[in-house]
Amino acid sequence: MSTVPTQFDASAPWQLDAQVSLRDEEFGALAYHHGNRRLVFLKSRTLVDLVRGLEKYESATAALEHFSPARELHQYESALASLARSEVLSER
Amino acid sequence: MSVELKLRDRFERGLAAPICLTWELTYACNLACTHCLSSSGRRDPRELTTDEAVTLIDEIAAMQIFYINIGGGEPMMRSDFFTLVDYAVNKHVGVKFSTNGTRIDALAARRLAASDYLDIQVSIDGVDAATNDVVRGKGSYASARRAMDHLRDANFGPFKISVVMTRDNVGQLDDFESLASDYGAQLRLTRLRPSGRGVDVWDQLHPTRQQNRDLYQWLLARPHILTGDSFFHLSALGDPLEGLNLCGAGRVVCLIDPVGNVYACPFVIHDEFLAGNVRDAGFAAVWRDSELFRSLREPGSAGACASCGSFDACRGGCMAAKFFTGLELTDPDPECVFGHGETALEVKRLSIRPTSSPDHSRRTPVFLGSK
Repeated sequence: MSTVPTQFDASAPWQLDAQVSLRDEEFGALAYHHGNRRLVFLKSRTLVDLVRGLEKYESATAALEHFSPARELHQYESALASLARSEVLSER
Repeated sequence: MSVELKLRDRFERGLAAPICLTWELTYACNLACTHCLSSSGRRDPRELTTDEAVTLIDEIAAMQIFYINIGGGEPMMRSDFFTLVDYAVNKHVGVKFSTNGTRIDALAARRLAASDYLDIQVSIDGVDAATNDVVRGKGSYASARRAMDHLRDANFGPFKISVVMTRDNVGQLDDFESLASDYGAQLRLTRLRPSGRGVDVWDQLHPTRQQNRDLYQWLLARPHILTGDSFFHLSALGDPLEGLNLCGAGRVVCLIDPVGNVYACPFVIHDEFLAGNVRDAGFAAVWRDSELFRSLREPGSAGACASCGSFDACRGGCMAAKFFTGLELTDPDPECVFGHGETALEVKRLSIRPTSSPDHSRRTPVFLGSK
C-alpha cells in the first residue's frame, strides 16, 4: 500500500508510479492510474520528459533543474506536486 | 475534471488512440430493453471468434488504450467472456463492463471480485420493479438486485449502478443515490438516446425540459456522480458539468461492434457512421485513417447554433441524438436547454427517422424466469 503524501517534497526522490501507464499524445501525454482509475493530462512535452526522467535523479529538484527552463521551474514543480496528489508519482 | 478550452480543442482534433473505447462483445441478450442502443437480442453468426477477439486485445494493448468498456448485448452471454476478460487484464488493459446482472450468480461474483482491473456496471432503469421493468422487462429488476447482492457478498468493492435517465425516473434521483450508498456502490447516470430501439420510445421517455434542469442542478451539486460525459448538452445552463464536455465521437471515443465494425460512438450504430472493420487491416488503421474519423476531426461548423451564446458550453450537443430524431447535424440538440431543438423537431415532425442499420432484436417477446 502506498501512502498519499499531503505535501510534495521536492528534495525527495520520485518516480512514475508503477501502476501508471503513460501514452504520448501531440499535446503531451495521457496518464492513467490503473489503481484509482484516474486519467490525468500532461499538458507539455517537457513535463512528459520530466516525469519520465524523475527516476534517474536523486531528487525532484535535480530533475527539475535538468528538464525545466529556469524561469518556469516553479510551474513545473507545482505540476509535479499536482501529479503526486493524483498518485501519478510516488516517492521511491 | 474540467478541461481548459485549449486542451478541448486538441481533443476535438483527435488523439493517437481513443480514451474511451466501447467494445460490444455480442448482440445476444436475454433481455429486450425498449431503449437498447444496439437493438440487441439475437447473436450475429459473424461475431468475432475468440482468436479474433484476442488479436484485437493485443492491438488495443499495443495502442496503449488503458481500458475498454465492454458491453453488448449481454457480454456474459459469450461463452468465452471470462477468457477474454482475463486476457485483457493480463495484458494490462483494464476492463469496465456493463451487464444486466442476470448471469452474475455467487460463483461468477467471486470470480469477478478476484480481478483488480475490472469494473462492473449493473444496469437498472428504475428504483423499483414497477418503474424498471416497464423498460427492461418483467423480472429484470429482481435479477439486477440479486446480482448486486452477490457482488456485495463477494466483497467485489464499489461496483457501479448504471441508470439511463428517463421521464419516469428523474424523480427517483435521491432514491438511486441511497440505493448506491446502501451497496457501497457508485452511481452512474447516462442520457437516454434515440438510438437503436430507443428511436421508438425516445419521444415518450426522454426527460422534460424541467426535468433536465433539475437533473443538471442535481449533478452540479454532486460532482462525484459518474456520467460518462453524457449530459454535456446541459452545460449550456451555466457552469460546466464534470467531464470533457465535448462530443468525442471519432476523436476520443469509438465503438467496436460484435462483428468488428467500428462506429464513431456507441450511440450511432448506423451505416452513416461506420468507419471500417477490424477484420480488414486492424483497429489502429481504422482509428487513424478512416475517412469518417478524419472528417469528424476537422473543425466543424456551429450551424444553427452559431449565434447562440452558449455554443461554447454545449458545442451543439449530441450528434446521435440529432441524427436519430431526424435532425441535421448542424441543428441544435433535440434536448437543447433553451428549446431550440424542440422547434427544429417540430419542423421535422412528419419525416421518417433513421433506424439502426443492423437490427438484432428478437422476433418473439422475452420473458425472464418461468412466469
